[in-house]
Amino acid sequence: MRDLFRGELVRITAEEPEVRAKVEVRWQGDSEFHRLADSEPVMMESEKKLKEWFEKQNEDGFTPERFPFSVRTLDDDKHIGFFVLWLDLIHSEAWVGIGIGEREYWGRGYGTDMMKLCLRYAFTELNVYRVSLGLHAYNPRALRAYEKAGFRLEGRTRKDTRREGRYTDGLWMGILRTEWESMQTEGGT
Amino acid sequence: MNDIYMGELVRLSAMDVDEISKAFSRWSRNSEFRRLLDSGVARTSSQNGTKKWFEKELDDQSINQHWFSIRKLDDDTLLGDIDLYVYNWPARDTFVGIGIGERDFWGKGYGTDAMRVILRYAFTEINMKRVTLSVFEYNPRAIRSYEKAGFRHEGRLRKLLNKEGRRWDMLMMGILREEWMEQDGTKTAN
Amino acid sequence: MLDIQTQLFEGQDVRFGPIDYEKDPQVESKWTHDSDFMRMYETDPVRPMSAAMVKKHYEKLEKEIEDEKNMYYFTVRAKSDDRLIGKAMVQWIEWANANGVIRLGVGLVEDRRKGYGSQALRILLRFVFAELNLFRVSARVPEYNVAAIALLKKFGFVEEVRRRQALERDGGRWDLLVFGLLNDEWQDQARPVLSKVEG
Repeated sequence: MRDLFRGELVRITAEEPEVRAKVEVRWQGDSEFHRLADSEPVMMESEKKLKEWFEKQNEDGFTPERFPFSVRTLDDDKHIGFFVLWLDLIHSEAWVGIGIGEREYWGRGYGTDMMKLCLRYAFTELNVYRVSLGLHAYNPRALRAYEKAGFRLEGRTRKDTRREGRYTDGLWMGILRTEWESMQTEGGT
Repeated sequence: MNDIYMGELVRLSAMDVDEISKAFSRWSRNSEFRRLLDSGVARTSSQNGTKKWFEKELDDQSINQHWFSIRKLDDDTLLGDIDLYVYNWPARDTFVGIGIGERDFWGKGYGTDAMRVILRYAFTEINMKRVTLSVFEYNPRAIRSYEKAGFRHEGRLRKLLNKEGRRWDMLMMGILREEWMEQDGTKTAN
Repeated sequence: MLDIQTQLFEGQDVRFGPIDYEKDPQVESKWTHDSDFMRMYETDPVRPMSAAMVKKHYEKLEKEIEDEKNMYYFTVRAKSDDRLIGKAMVQWIEWANANGVIRLGVGLVEDRRKGYGSQALRILLRFVFAELNLFRVSARVPEYNVAAIALLKKFGFVEEVRRRQALERDGGRWDLLVFGLLNDEWQDQARPVLSKVEG
């Protein structure tokens, strides 16, 4: 079987709570990263609080509806980001949240490789029928990356985010299992 | 769309804790019922103890469990319960368990009808790809009922159970969505 | 005469041991990052675990063992340096029916094909049959785990159930097999071997 956890540039990992808390503090301090990734107001949490939150997740254990992963680079083993899949089990749909917290790794193909692993996991281990995501219209880099990964633009929610005194749109994308499978045979990925 | 909970002889309805624990406590006094239902040791339980158990089970009900009462269509008599336990979402495979507590209603097609309803629910409402069940060798009535509902034999765990001084097999059965579509699927489409 | 001198938990190169909370979480965490191993061992969606998650899992395991009294869990360790090689357990024990389900895993690919699995299974079966007095044990294996199937057959397990297309992975649907071994069957083949060991 294909390696589920290893791509060409990155691999999936589970990190210790202290490790996650440390990087999370740093990534939270990057407001540009946060504003690209998230709709929630930018905020800062203490490393202690974050560590407790990650420890609580461990305490609660796995649920069949949520699959969070950390991501490290293959060559220098750097902990650069994460992705998480939330499942609607009945309708076999997964929502993706994905981000690279380490800025030096933006625009170098790491995000694309992460999304490849993410989709491979969603379609060959979770066996969902579709994967969905939302992004801000002011994040064209992500839009291009997701299109390359096979997502299609499906909708636009007008003026759903307000920042810096301006309203911006939300974009919604999706990829179906059948579409992803055709890409595998074509591109030989 | 048809009423998904309606069969020809029975209908499925929500679990009422008070009602089911009262009934279950009564049914459990019939050790034959307990031994057909469960591989564990047959024991009687008080109404109170049963109620506490049902409350906890219903509370714990996660996304994995779909639990219903079985009622007679004509006069609403509570006959038993039936549940789906989705143990593997990626494979969309669920266990089904059924118990008809009212002894007078054994062998009259109520169980088979309830099973038909739950299969339709499993395949068209929660979109399962397979349904699995286990049944004891010494329960031929249930085995026949499951065969009628479309389950295929998949093997037996030899001498799994020890009852009345001898050992008994546990049979495993399963039905795939494609198989169900062939026999019942066309009916549902109408 | 009752043979209580032969150590239950000693094999040729491996032995069974308890969980070592200091050393083991890190090692087991590494196994969980290998999707090939995980897909052989687990039927649930596979995910890597941090050492902290593994430690938490061990704690829940030991609590369950204490509360439910229907499981025995062992680490499989190299006799030479006490290194953690794998895990072995019998679970879902029904005492009134004297049956249980066994599970066994060797974590690192470098440690496989060395006979450790065989040795561990031999120890585990002696434990469940000669110490727990179980009448039979089952083992569940995906049909694509050919190594495990071969190992089980070597020990006399019989394929009893084929749960058709009960697993879906890597774009395919797979059967889940259930194998069973009765105490009598184990005794028939274990006895000659045991007497060889005792010489």
